[in-house]
Amino acid sequence: MTEFDPISALVGGALIGLASVLLMLLTGRIAGISGILGGCLTLVPDGRAWRVAFIVGLVLAPVASGLLGYPLPTPQMPTSWVIIVIAGFLVGFGARLGGGCTSGHGVCGIARLSLRSIVATATFMGAAIIVVAVMRHGFGG
Amino acid sequence: MMMALASFMCGLIFGLGLLISGMTQPAKVMGFLDIFGRWDPTLGFVMATALGVSGVGFSLLRQRMTPVLASALMWPTRTDIDRPLIVGSILFGAGWGLVGLCPGPALVNLAGLMPSVLVFVLAMAVGVVAKDLWDRSVTSATEPATSADG
Repeated sequence: MTEFDPISALVGGALIGLASVLLMLLTGRIAGISGILGGCLTLVPDGRAWRVAFIVGLVLAPVASGLLGYPLPTPQMPTSWVIIVIAGFLVGFGARLGGGCTSGHGVCGIARLSLRSIVATATFMGAAIIVVAVMRHGFGG
Repeated sequence: MMMALASFMCGLIFGLGLLISGMTQPAKVMGFLDIFGRWDPTLGFVMATALGVSGVGFSLLRQRMTPVLASALMWPTRTDIDRPLIVGSILFGAGWGLVGLCPGPALVNLAGLMPSVLVFVLAMAVGVVAKDLWDRSVTSATEPATSADG
């Protein structure tokens, strides 16, 4: 299931890029998912409808993919609830504090050649690589 | 209404991209992040392709003044590299590395109705709201919130 499939990676990556360009072309907004989610959950008075609509689109994507013959693969989740809760909180809080996540900084920001986003992406990738290395191989742990 | 519909379609296409590329699977994300194990280059391919398409698309859009359905192209304007950017990115990366889910794939996985995914998304939402409440407690009401990058 986790075999490397370059064609799927390229097609999927192109769709992610296309969605980001279309959102800017049509609505003038950046496809940063943590920022969009933040606008949904916090009480921003206006500009909420398009944000909620984007999130609904994301959530319903597996329905569309199912019709196209790509059912949602079952994700491998950790067995520890403590790790799941801590990780979820860190992802939400950290992405908002850092001004973006893999989509806002990693795709849209780097595509704009924003140094701020390049630094953010290098930082979160570095942190994630260290965490995985410690968890899986026990370096320094 | 048209803007919400367009935004819904973009969310749908984005989610399809994440799903087809394999990025909704934590195992594939962790496989990329695990540079000392059996390395899976998928995430690199996905990101490079997404960057190619959005890089070309954004540079063409730079010549436009207005989007189709709204009044202005809201390009992020911040260029400073400050402490919150670094600290936030470290915390985000740590959480991402622990489970292999970032916000987009976590939301797409909600459709599978797995309790572990629901709990992850709930904790993520709490983190997002906690950051907002923290902001409100430290900044005065007169100061506008700083714009995010995404």
